[in-house]
Amino acid sequence: MLSPEIYALLFKALLDTLYMVAVSGLLGTALGLPLGVLLAVTGRGELLQNLTFNRIAGVLVNMTRSTPFIILVVAIIPFTRLIAGTSIGTAAAIVPLTVAAVPFIARIVEGAVREVDRGLIEAAQSMGATPFQIIRKVLLPEAMPAIALGLTLSVVSLIGYSAMVGAVGGGGLGDLGIRYGYQRFLPEVMLAVVIVLIVLVQIVQSTGDWIARRVNKRNLKS
Amino acid sequence: MITFEQLQKTYPSRGTGTPVQALADIDLTIGRGEIYGIIGRSGAGKSTLLRTVNLLEKPTSGRVLVDGVDVTALSARELREARHSIGMIFQHFNLLSSRTVFDNVALPLELAGVTKAQIRETVEPLLDLVGLTDKRDRYPAELSGGQKQRVGIARALASKPKVLLSDEATSALDPETTTQILHLLADINKRLGLTIVLITHEIAVIKEICHKVAVMENGRIIEQGPVFDVFAHPKHETTKTFVDPVINRGIPDSLRARLSPTPVAGSNIVLRITFTGERATSPVISAISRKLNLDLNIWHGQIDEIQGAPFGTLVVEAIGNPQSIEAAISLLNVNKLGVEVLGHAVPGNLRAAV
Repeated sequence: MLSPEIYALLFKALLDTLYMVAVSGLLGTALGLPLGVLLAVTGRGELLQNLTFNRIAGVLVNMTRSTPFIILVVAIIPFTRLIAGTSIGTAAAIVPLTVAAVPFIARIVEGAVREVDRGLIEAAQSMGATPFQIIRKVLLPEAMPAIALGLTLSVVSLIGYSAMVGAVGGGGLGDLGIRYGYQRFLPEVMLAVVIVLIVLVQIVQSTGDWIARRVNKRNLKS
Repeated sequence: MITFEQLQKTYPSRGTGTPVQALADIDLTIGRGEIYGIIGRSGAGKSTLLRTVNLLEKPTSGRVLVDGVDVTALSARELREARHSIGMIFQHFNLLSSRTVFDNVALPLELAGVTKAQIRETVEPLLDLVGLTDKRDRYPAELSGGQKQRVGIARALASKPKVLLSDEATSALDPETTTQILHLLADINKRLGLTIVLITHEIAVIKEICHKVAVMENGRIIEQGPVFDVFAHPKHETTKTFVDPVINRGIPDSLRARLSPTPVAGSNIVLRITFTGERATSPVISAISRKLNLDLNIWHGQIDEIQGAPFGTLVVEAIGNPQSIEAAISLLNVNKLGVEVLGHAVPGNLRAAV
């Protein structure tokens, strides 16, 4: 019922979406994970208490997170141009996606790390662990199930956000849906886009759940 | 091995509250190879005191010497080094859920930068020592409470410490498991000559394995000494409330009702014999009974053993002629058993008249 051209467009759009989500997800994790850990360990009474850093980082994170994504995309166009060399296209769209992903992931990681039992930190300290060792050998491994679920959530959110970067010519499934499905009034294209997105999110979520279960050793049956 | 000198810890006031003094004038010496118990109710400061040994808690003033080194004066790096020789076990075990039994025990060695081969060489005998060789690749979630604490003990021993700190290590365990864990600790103390400092709110733990005890209240040590002495002659009221259930010095009311302070016609003398020495109990009692032709009617009592010595009281009604009773009392004294006259038992048929 869909023409081969539409199939080709759909496939191209899927690849664009995967590309944007994968790159921004990886970059977002690479930056958001350390930021989240820092937010967690610099809080009051924590391992490396540093309230100045904690407050400044906290405010920056909140500012980014409270800006609606579509506004963020437009607002940071100069920054995007600086980084990507252009403000239009799929590669350029990765910049705002990453900018949105970093604080999102940071907050999720912060929450996961804060949930780690304080007794474990104390035990590691009693063994003579350095703060860095505590982060690497205790906090991160113990927070990993929650981090895995959080990253899954982040990727799902990024898939949603990526639909909006059509506004700056980012391409991808969302863009296809708007331009063909809505503006050209081709409901079957819209439907196809939605189905592909649903399947994509389902796959991401199931994979994330599976990984989280694998790294979680807390509920093993004896 | 460990000396606390004039130790103070005050928590600054929060808002309008007054500062809280968690530790006050603590002076205490713990000898090498001792199992030293610190007992107190919750909030007495015992946990704070224990945590000053490896400086998880920083004292406000005073010194803590561990093997001659003042830990309060160490730099961060020196302190981490010193902590390698101070093992610690916890009430809630504090095992890493993401690591297997083996990897949990290996953690302190990994932190110290020990090679993989050396880690295996150290960890495997330790798992054997605590009886968990078959659980080596299990995760903590798959273990019982007692097994988890065994992992905790093995982990604490991995860096070959000189001191083991035990923070209510058996408080989350059932009585049977508690006994097993305490025996394991006593065994380790004997085998490795390890100094153990444990805090607890259970007098049974002190009785079971400690050589010496300190009793804490309101951040102070109110009584200290060898367990036997403190149990036998508790001075402070708080100590008495801890010790009383163990030695059971009181007499039930129904028996007290039969006691008269002065002899009445047909009454027999009632003695309380206190065992606080190393004498075996039953031969003395039965020997007296046989030699002096005395009938000893046991009213009430409890004999227990602390550090291998009989300990407790026995209330007996002595039936026989006055000379024999006199001789019995001096014999008991010769045998270093405490004896005191509680009163005179009113014969059963006169009970209604009293």
